[in-house]
Amino acid sequence: MTAVNLTHEPIEGEHFHVTSATTGDVWEIVVGLEVHCELATATKLFCSCPNHFGSEPNTNVCPVCLGLPGSLPVLNHQVVELAMRLGRALRCSVEPSVFARKNYFYPDMPKDYQVSQFDRPINVDGWLDLPDGTRVGVERAHIEEDTGKNTHAGGSGRIHGADYSLVDYNRAGVPLVEIVGRPHIRHPDQAKAYVDELRAILLATGASDAKMEEGSLRVDANVSVRRVGDTALGTRCEVKNLNSLRSLGRAIEYEARRQVDLLETGERVKQETRHWDEGAGRTRPGRSKEEAEDYRYFQEPDLVPLVPGPEWIAAVDAAMPELPAARRARLAETAGVTPAEAAIAVSRDLDGLAAAAIGAGGDPGRILTHVEHNLAVDGAGNLDPIHLAALVGLELDGKLTATQAKSVLAEMVATGEHPEAIAEAMGFEAMDTSALEGVLDGIVAGCPDEWVGYCEGDDKRRAKLQGFFVGKVMKATKGQADGKVVTALLEQRRVGAI
Amino acid sequence: MTSVPATAVAIAAAVRAGEVSAREVLDAHLAVIDERETDVHAFNLVLADEARVAATEVDRRVSVGEDPGPLAGVPVALKDNLCTRGIPTTCSSRILDGWRPPYDATVVSRVVAAGGIVMGKTNLDEFAMGSSTENSAFGPTRNPRDLDRVPGGSSGGSAAAVAAGFAPLSLGSDTGGSIRQPAALCGVVGVKPTYGLVSRYGLMAFASSLDQIGPFSTTVADSALLLEAIGGHDPRDSTSIAEPLAALTSVLDRGVAGLRVGLVSELMGEGIAPDVLARVHEAAAALVAAGAEIGEVSVPATSYGLSAYYLIAPAEASSNLARYDGVRFGLRVDAATTAEMNEATRTAGFGDEVKRRIMLGTYALSAGYYDAYYGQALKVRTLIVRDFAAAYERFDLLLAPTSPTTAFRFGAKTADPLSMYLNDVCTIPSNLAGHPAMSVPFGPGADGLPVGVQLLAPALGEATMFRAAAVVEAAAPALTEVAR
Amino acid sequence: MSERLTRDGVAHVARLARLSLTEAELDTYTEQLGAVLDFAADVAALDLADVAPTSHPIELANVLRPDVVGPCLDRAEVLAEAPSVEDDRFRVPAILGEEP
Repeated sequence: MTAVNLTHEPIEGEHFHVTSATTGDVWEIVVGLEVHCELATATKLFCSCPNHFGSEPNTNVCPVCLGLPGSLPVLNHQVVELAMRLGRALRCSVEPSVFARKNYFYPDMPKDYQVSQFDRPINVDGWLDLPDGTRVGVERAHIEEDTGKNTHAGGSGRIHGADYSLVDYNRAGVPLVEIVGRPHIRHPDQAKAYVDELRAILLATGASDAKMEEGSLRVDANVSVRRVGDTALGTRCEVKNLNSLRSLGRAIEYEARRQVDLLETGERVKQETRHWDEGAGRTRPGRSKEEAEDYRYFQEPDLVPLVPGPEWIAAVDAAMPELPAARRARLAETAGVTPAEAAIAVSRDLDGLAAAAIGAGGDPGRILTHVEHNLAVDGAGNLDPIHLAALVGLELDGKLTATQAKSVLAEMVATGEHPEAIAEAMGFEAMDTSALEGVLDGIVAGCPDEWVGYCEGDDKRRAKLQGFFVGKVMKATKGQADGKVVTALLEQRRVGAI
Repeated sequence: MTSVPATAVAIAAAVRAGEVSAREVLDAHLAVIDERETDVHAFNLVLADEARVAATEVDRRVSVGEDPGPLAGVPVALKDNLCTRGIPTTCSSRILDGWRPPYDATVVSRVVAAGGIVMGKTNLDEFAMGSSTENSAFGPTRNPRDLDRVPGGSSGGSAAAVAAGFAPLSLGSDTGGSIRQPAALCGVVGVKPTYGLVSRYGLMAFASSLDQIGPFSTTVADSALLLEAIGGHDPRDSTSIAEPLAALTSVLDRGVAGLRVGLVSELMGEGIAPDVLARVHEAAAALVAAGAEIGEVSVPATSYGLSAYYLIAPAEASSNLARYDGVRFGLRVDAATTAEMNEATRTAGFGDEVKRRIMLGTYALSAGYYDAYYGQALKVRTLIVRDFAAAYERFDLLLAPTSPTTAFRFGAKTADPLSMYLNDVCTIPSNLAGHPAMSVPFGPGADGLPVGVQLLAPALGEATMFRAAAVVEAAAPALTEVAR
Repeated sequence: MSERLTRDGVAHVARLARLSLTEAELDTYTEQLGAVLDFAADVAALDLADVAPTSHPIELANVLRPDVVGPCLDRAEVLAEAPSVEDDRFRVPAILGEEP
């Protein structure tokens, strides 16, 4: 593979430009995301306690994950397997690696150090491709242990006002992979797409269930700004407490504007950690520390190096499922659309259905439209692709209106029956054109003033009267007319009358 | 009383054969404790009741024809940095504040599974940091040979317990000499095994890449017996060697004919007391008389061993001891915030030497100093490994003193921490290299106090080392019987 | 290269290690730790650019365990040893500052 763009130059793709109202300068945002995912193993990283969300506090604990004196860590085989799957899915090289201690005091850390990977992580130098074609570099994806959970009690419930805290160590020692993305993202939507893509990869490889709402996927955003055309990176702030994709997008946008405002008034951006306040819609600075933390990293002496052999890496590669980017590309080719247009079908796991329906002769455009608008339902994956192709055929033959097709499709999902049978049972048939002309004759004759207005009025009046006539026809035909056909007939008549 | 054998090997055989009961054996030792423990203070906790229950159980098993195991009925004392479930484990520190571990160390389970009778937790320098047991928060242990002198450290209590006849066997831990040096000062056998041979699960960590658990005993054969019982792979310890333990007891009398033994020149000159040197030369002569070849060998990097050790060990310790923060167990000194509570707890709970080493270690790892100190020390370690490897191409074993002097008086070295650290100069290199080494008593020094000679072997060379130790032991001059 | 350890240096590491020292202790420890570091200066001064560090005395790698659930501790036994408990959790005083 050719080398990935590992510098900080802007990548082709949409940029989010903040144009200053005061100076007229155009700024761009630079975003690098750090994503932590909890791995979907049965047990924790270094002990055999269950890796389970939602248990009673302090019931999934042992001397190791409580950090009791004398305890020692032993690495979980499945953690390495899943970390390698994730790393290879992100096109990283799997390297010999070691563990390191990151030393700091915090009550949710049982040992007051976190075992992580520092200068020799397991996965390095990968990338992932977004649906819009942007390639975002992945610097590394390393293994580390999760902390326990503090609940703040007393005071306002937020940490700064708390009287005391309560600590649950069920989560302490849960295996994490931290994925450090390079600052190649330029738009809040790209950031969201990156997370979405990552989530899809995590699910496809089985590495994680990746639920932001349960904390098995956590996103921190490093945001900086610079004038368009600059190559140096601006000072960045790390934004935390992003609990949904929506927060991620809003926070990036807010933070970018905040930094532009600062820089434009001649101030500097202070490098700091900021927290996203969803309710207020803004970021706030974290508690400033007296001095920067010195983590005093050193190699973990209670663990030995991890050197996955070439056979293990080959086995991971051989078992790799088709990843979303490849599925998009494949469906795009089959359907004759861009990969971005194929994205929704893939994200709903309906690309197989769509491809098969297209293969059975169904119109690709119609099929993808149905997938996008009408098939975000349970059971859609069980649809018979031949039936779907047949449905689309009925639409294009004019035998079903779009509205009717939607109802038939819902029934197909529910019952699995053939669209023709369903349409007949529902009494659907689109009206043929000559019958429609007849209905239209009667209506036009009955509304002569409106007809004149439609033929001779300006665009706005014509659009309004078009709606009037279509409505009349629909009423007269009890909804069996196809609205598009009626509109076309009206226009033909008008033009012909001039 | 006199029907109770003196050595662990003999006790176990006699108990298994029904010649003496485990209860009798235990009671005999408890009686000695009653007599002398007030003077010696080897124990933080004597577990008389628990031991009686265990001994009764061993006797019951013998009575129904079951074999309780190779340590049947043998009383074993445990250094109080080994976790014992439900029994306070203090590390001789105030910061543990009576904490009862919810689990047993692997070595403890293995001693019990082998039929051994756990009968007490012995005193140590706080968190195993020291060479005299004067750093204990609960008062020092006294050398049974001379109550005005230190027993050595950090496993002073375990060494003294065996030397005083409180138990035929005890377990200690050795990070820079903490088994071997007190063994030498008290006149008993003490062994540091190959790193990874004995599981560290349940040993309250001082320096993770250096710590090893090992036996104290009055005879070489007894240490072999205990090491066989506790050694071998443990899946709970990632640094545990996979290979099974080599047989020791059965090879003890194979002798040393043809073995090449090297005297370590850097440890045989300046800084070592003349009477200690004399004993080492005599031990060398004994080996020659038994058919070994003696030579001299330089292991140059050992001169840097002390410096490297006093950077690596405190660095690892500063991290290992961070967990003592008043949150989950042990002492808590309350304060308005958690950070203040951590600080108040650790300041009140740790003694001076522990604080010194934590700060030294934190400094050695800190930003801007890592490369010059900790990073350099790890490279010195490489040099030591290389120099030993070169030495072991010419020799099968190495011979040296264990301690530069015999037991010193209380307070003699406490004013200057550096003077205390110099006690470890002969023992530290083996910890850095991960090699086994043991101290064998070899007669009195000029003042009548015990001298130990040290045998060093390459990794997993225990069998050869024990064979030579047996020969040295057989030739050792006797100490005078009565302690002062 | 290493400069002599200063009082500020000791105060800094004491803070990192969550230890509070009196002024007198600060003086004493600065002296004592300085002496140890001076002693270790021989190591700091060596030219070991071509020597690889040894973190571990043994040559083990790839020690792994199967992903199989094992027994956990009894919560009551654990919490019985805790300095302060509320709602089956470990209670600690107010936490200022965030998770780094």
